[in-house]
Amino acid sequence: MIWFKKSLFSKKEDSTVRIPHGLWVKCNHCSEIIYKKEVERNLDVCPKCDYHFYISAWERVGIVLDEGSFKEHDGDLEPVDALEFKDLKRYKDRLRAAHREKSAPRALDAIVSGEGLINGQRVMIAVFEFSFMGGSMGSVVGEKITRIIERGLDKRCPVIIFTSSGGARMQEGILSLMQMAKTSAAIARLKEAGIPYITVLTDPTTGGVTASFAMLGDIIIAEPRALIGFAGPRVIQETIRQKLPEGFQRAEYLLEHGMIDMIVDRKMMKTTLARLISLLAG
Amino acid sequence: MFFKYTRDFEKPIEAIEKRIEELKLSSASGHDVRREEIEKLEQKAKRLIKDIYSSLTPWQITLVARHPSRPYTLDYVQEIFEDFVELHGDRLFKDDPAIVGGLARLDGRPVVVIGQQKGRNTKERCRRNYGMPHPEGYRKALRLMELAGRFNMPLVTLIDTPGAAPDIEAEERGQAEAIARNLLFMSRLEVPIVSAVIGEGGSGGALAIGVADRVMMFEYSIYSVISPEGCAAILWKDGTKADLAAKALRMSAFDLMRLGVIDRIVGEPLGGAHRDPKTAAMNLKSAILDSINELSAVPSGELLQQRYDKFRRMGVFNEPRR
Ligand SMILES: [Zn+2]
Repeated sequence: MIWFKKSLFSKKEDSTVRIPHGLWVKCNHCSEIIYKKEVERNLDVCPKCDYHFYISAWERVGIVLDEGSFKEHDGDLEPVDALEFKDLKRYKDRLRAAHREKSAPRALDAIVSGEGLINGQRVMIAVFEFSFMGGSMGSVVGEKITRIIERGLDKRCPVIIFTSSGGARMQEGILSLMQMAKTSAAIARLKEAGIPYITVLTDPTTGGVTASFAMLGDIIIAEPRALIGFAGPRVIQETIRQKLPEGFQRAEYLLEHGMIDMIVDRKMMKTTLARLISLLAG
Repeated sequence: MFFKYTRDFEKPIEAIEKRIEELKLSSASGHDVRREEIEKLEQKAKRLIKDIYSSLTPWQITLVARHPSRPYTLDYVQEIFEDFVELHGDRLFKDDPAIVGGLARLDGRPVVVIGQQKGRNTKERCRRNYGMPHPEGYRKALRLMELAGRFNMPLVTLIDTPGAAPDIEAEERGQAEAIARNLLFMSRLEVPIVSAVIGEGGSGGALAIGVADRVMMFEYSIYSVISPEGCAAILWKDGTKADLAAKALRMSAFDLMRLGVIDRIVGEPLGGAHRDPKTAAMNLKSAILDSINELSAVPSGELLQQRYDKFRRMGVFNEPRR
């Protein structure tokens, strides 16, 4: 349930380094200053150290699915302030601000879902949009995920979910917690029906998203160095008051501890998914 | 001895009850004239408790839910069930004392009971990790749920945790996976499931034993996606604003009832469960029995469908008509 400030993970340049705006980016991992075009050509992966930059849900769809095959579902579902939640700001105002963010096309909540083809094989797919309130899961995210799973069940079609989330959305209180139960129940049915379900965990995936559908994939894939966990590192640090071990909660750490199946580079993601689906679908 | 009055709002009650005690002592030594005065004071104390408890703020309710004298899972197990046999271990790593469970009889009928367990004193609190389970706790719970399914016994879970343990060991052993697997398993378990929040329902760590056909909450318990302190630290950037967060999160039994997340509120004795644990246990027992009797009449296929639909409906969003 951690709430990452967007600036922590966005690819905006470090303010201590003077970089001509827009042309160059500084890698969050190796600190190398790289020509932006070069990074983009490389699917937003650092050509020097292989660090995987944030990409939007729509960019992700473009990388993974066959060109022009994506058809969005439930794109008009909108969040509602059911609790009339107010902290230092009103939830309504936070939503309004998030809706004004210029992502193209506009995201109404933290997820894009639909169906499309991967090397000609039909899949149901949902992709988190981390730039929308830290990819947090409220009612809209839970509903869209449940619907995509139910459609997969209905059409006997494999389901793929790309996660990137700080966890449940506090501003929707207990309703966001219940999305964990709702989505997991849908996955239980998918599993009983023998329909492949693959999750791809990208940086960062924590809280209620990890502790529900993310860790329930028949196959669980992660992007290199993605932060994956239940509690966020800051919460753990505050609880145990010790330094966290090197590489703690990174994809490589999870692979070593037997929690995920594999780490797949963004460049290899589509090929890998296509192979897995064709193997599982017989 | 129980600490009956640890909260600030309990202080006025403490003052009167102390006075009553004193009078009782002195009248025992022969001063009969005090009887009337004692009765008057007792009436006054009752009214005072009623007043205080009928207008508790969300933060005060949180403090009652976490009251150090509040009955815990094993206290209720002892009062509500017969023939309780505690079972241990996840068969994978170790036994987690933060979750207890086993076989028991409820009104003669065999059931499986599982709950988070807090400690009463410093040593116990430490051993039980303040009721915050590790993955092995959730995996022990899963093993007991499987047992319930195999032997066709209804499952009763008692929820009382600040949340799942947030530490290195928990992450290393797959806390998220352990919770997720329980959510999935509970949604398909073919026996009646009844869950009751008896104190704190802390986030995913609570829900991991809370996917039930009937979910109930004690009147002064809480159930939330995040602790008010955690929420305050993140959204107010100030952990001391927990009282504001407690209000904003809408985590009381009445809020959850209104939001359609729980099915029933179990009343507490005057002044909270810690002032009369036996009455609290009897109230809980009759609520659990009601639900199990009702659910036992439903064929298992229908039961699973109803459970699915129940959680499927949860959430509020806007969908423009097409
Ligand atoms: Zn780099």
